[in-house]
Amino acid sequence: MGSQILRRVLGSPNSSRVFSSFNRPFSSSDFSSNMIRATLFPGDGIGPEIAESVKQIFKVFRVAEVPIEWEEHYVGDQMDPRTQSFLTWESLESVRRNRVGLKGPMATPIGKGHRSLNLTLRKELNLYANVRPCYSLPGYKTRYDDVNLITIRENTEGEYSGLEHQVVRGVVESLKIITRQASLRVAEYAFHYAKTHGRERVSAIHKANIMQKTDGLFLKCCREVAEKYPEIVYEEVVIDNCCMMLVKNPALFDVLVMPNLYGDIISDLCAGLIGGLGLTPSCNIGEGGIALAEAVHGSAPDIAGKNLANPTALMLSAVTMLRHLELHDKADRIQNGILTTIAEGKYRTADLGGNSTTTDFTKAICDHL
Amino acid sequence: MGFHILRRLLGSPNSSRVFSSFNRPFSSSDSSSNMIRATLFPGDGIGPEIAEAVKQVFRAAEVPIEWEEHYVGDKIDPRTQSFLTWESLESVRRNRVGLKGPMATPIGKGHRSLNLTLRKELNLYANVRPCNSLPGYKTRYDDVNLITIRENTEGEYSGLEHQVVRGVVESLKIITRQASLRVAEYAFHYAKTHGRERVSAIHKANIMQKTDGLFLKCCREVAEKYPEITYEEVVIDNCCMMLVKNPALFDVLVMPNLYGDIISDLCAGLIGGLGLTPSCNIGEGGIALAEAVHGSAPDIAGKVIGDKNMANPTALMLSAVSMLHHLELNDKADQIQNAILTTIAEGKHRTADLGGNSTTTDFTKAICDHL
Repeated sequence: MGSQILRRVLGSPNSSRVFSSFNRPFSSSDFSSNMIRATLFPGDGIGPEIAESVKQIFKVFRVAEVPIEWEEHYVGDQMDPRTQSFLTWESLESVRRNRVGLKGPMATPIGKGHRSLNLTLRKELNLYANVRPCYSLPGYKTRYDDVNLITIRENTEGEYSGLEHQVVRGVVESLKIITRQASLRVAEYAFHYAKTHGRERVSAIHKANIMQKTDGLFLKCCREVAEKYPEIVYEEVVIDNCCMMLVKNPALFDVLVMPNLYGDIISDLCAGLIGGLGLTPSCNIGEGGIALAEAVHGSAPDIAGKNLANPTALMLSAVTMLRHLELHDKADRIQNGILTTIAEGKYRTADLGGNSTTTDFTKAICDHL
Repeated sequence: MGFHILRRLLGSPNSSRVFSSFNRPFSSSDSSSNMIRATLFPGDGIGPEIAEAVKQVFRAAEVPIEWEEHYVGDKIDPRTQSFLTWESLESVRRNRVGLKGPMATPIGKGHRSLNLTLRKELNLYANVRPCNSLPGYKTRYDDVNLITIRENTEGEYSGLEHQVVRGVVESLKIITRQASLRVAEYAFHYAKTHGRERVSAIHKANIMQKTDGLFLKCCREVAEKYPEITYEEVVIDNCCMMLVKNPALFDVLVMPNLYGDIISDLCAGLIGGLGLTPSCNIGEGGIALAEAVHGSAPDIAGKVIGDKNMANPTALMLSAVSMLHHLELNDKADQIQNAILTTIAEGKHRTADLGGNSTTTDFTKAICDHL
C-alpha cells in the first residue's frame, strides 16, 4: 500500500531524467508515509463553507486511499512583522513543509503597511506559474461546448513588475521585464505539464512582432524547451490572433503558455468561455514542487454563512492539487462525480440557476462517488 | 445641394464649442464644392477588386465622393523612407479623408513598414472599430453592438526595448497626458455624435498604478465635460470575461494601445472575423483614414471560378461607411450600410468566406440593387 503510493507519487522515470538539471523535481514526491499533509486556507466569506464541502468529499476516500490530512490555517487579524502581512510565518512554513495547499477566497484587508495576501504568498513561496485548466462543463450550457485547454501564466515578472516612474509631468513610464531564467522556468513547467497530462500541443502566446526583445526572449526560451520534447507540437500565436481564435473556435487550443499580462487576460477570457470564475479551478506552482491550488472567485460576503455558495471552483482546484500529487485515479473519480452531478441538473446551486444548498450539492457529489 | 452638404459638414454648433480648445475640429469640414475628394489606396492582392466594388456602390448611391487613387510604389521614396510616396501622403493630408485596402508589407530592410509610415506621417492617434453583429451571418453572438477606440501612438508599442544584462530584457511602456487626453476627447466626441450612451475605459490600474492611472485620470477629466454620457472603468481581465459572456454590456470602449489591440481583435472575432470588420484611423486635424484590416489574400486575388472573382468586399465597404459617418454624410452612410446588411441577411448572394458561392461582382450588384 505504501509502496504503491510511493511509486505513483515519485512519478515516471522519464520526468525525473528530464528535470535533472533542476535541484528539485516538479512533483511533491518525498513522502514515505501513507498520509499526505496539505495546508488548507479556508479563507473569508464563503470560504469556510466551501472548504468544508471539499473536506467532506475527501473524507469519503479517507479510508480508501486518498490520504490527505488537512492542516488548517487562518488569516490573522494582526500583521505578522516576519511576513509583513496578515498571513503568519507559521502558515507559510506549513505550505513550505507540506508542499501542497488549498486556498479559499481571501478578502484583502484595507490599510497600509502590509503586503497584499496574494502578493505575500507569491513572493514567499516563489509561485512562478499559474495554471488554469478550462473545460466546458457538460450540463452547464454556455455558448461554447468544446473548450478543453489549460492556460499557464508566468506569474512573477513581465508587465507586473511594479516598476513605474514619472519622467516629467504628464509622462509616465512602466517597465516590462522579461528574464531568461523566469521564461525558461515557466516553459519547462508547461511542457512537463503537457507531457504528464497527455496533452499534445503547447502554444506560446506573444507579441514579438512589436516587442521584439522582450517577447522575443520569451519565445526563444520556449523554443529551447520545445526541442527537448519532440513529441509535443509547439506553435507560437500572436496575442490578438489568439483572442480572436479563442472566441471563434476554442477547440483549436490545448496548452497555452504566456508571460504575465497576456496570461492574466487570456486566463480570465477562458474562464468566461466556460461560465465564469465560480467554476474555474486554479493552481499556483512554486519552486521546489510546491503547489497551492486556489479558488479565484471572491469571498462573496453577501451570501456567506447562508449555505448558498457554489463549491465547484474550490473542489476542482482540489482535484488539480491531486493531479499534481499524481493521484490521477482519485482526481478523475472526484472530477467525474462533480461533472455528473452538474450534468444531471437535479442539484445545482443558485449561481448555476438551481436552488440547491451547498450541503445538498455536496451530498449529491458524494453519492456519485 | 452644395449648401445642404455644407451645413451638414460643418457639424452641430455644440461640437465645435466643446472643442474650441483644439486648433482644428475633428471633422473634415472645409469643403465648399459639391464633390468631396478622398484618397483611395486600393492596396495589393484582393485590394483592387474590393476597391472597385466600393466605387461601384458609391456610384449607385450617388455619394458625392471623388476618388484620388494612389498605389504603393516598388521603390523606396527617400522623403518618406518607405514605398509610399510623398505625393500619396500629401494627398491624404490635403483631402483629409482616405480609404485604404489591404497592403502586403514588402520584405527587406532600410524602409519603414507601410502602416507605420501612415501612422507616423499622418499622426493617426485613434483606431476606431465599430463591431456589430451582422444579421444573417450567425455567430455565437447575436447582440454585439459596440465600438472599440484604441490609442494608437504610444503605450506598450513605443518600441523602446533594451537588454539590461545578458538574459534580462526591459521594455518601456509610455503613457502621456497629451495622448491620453487626445484619445479620450475623441472617444467622448464620437459617443456624442453617434448617439452612444456609455463610454468604458479599459485598464489595469490596480497593478500599473502610474501609467494606466494617468490614462484613467485623463478619461475622467474628459468625462466631466459630458455629463449626459455614462462613464465607467473596467479592468481588462474582467472586460474580456464580460465580453465573452455578454457583449451587450458594452457600448464605447476606450483603451491604451496594447489592450486596444487585444480587445479590438477579440470583438472582431465575436462578429465573425476581420473579413467583416470596418476600421477607421483618426489623425490630428480631423484626418480620417478608413481601412480594411484583413490581409491581402494573395491566394484568391484575381482568381476566377467560371470567370468571376471571390473576394468579400464587406470589410472595405463598411469601412467606407465609417468614412461617410466621419464626413457626417449620415443619410448616405445608413443607406449603404442597410443595403449591405440586407444583402447578407437575405442569404441569396454571399461570398465564399461567408459560406455562399457568389462572386464579388454579383454580391456588389445585389447591394446596388438594394439601395
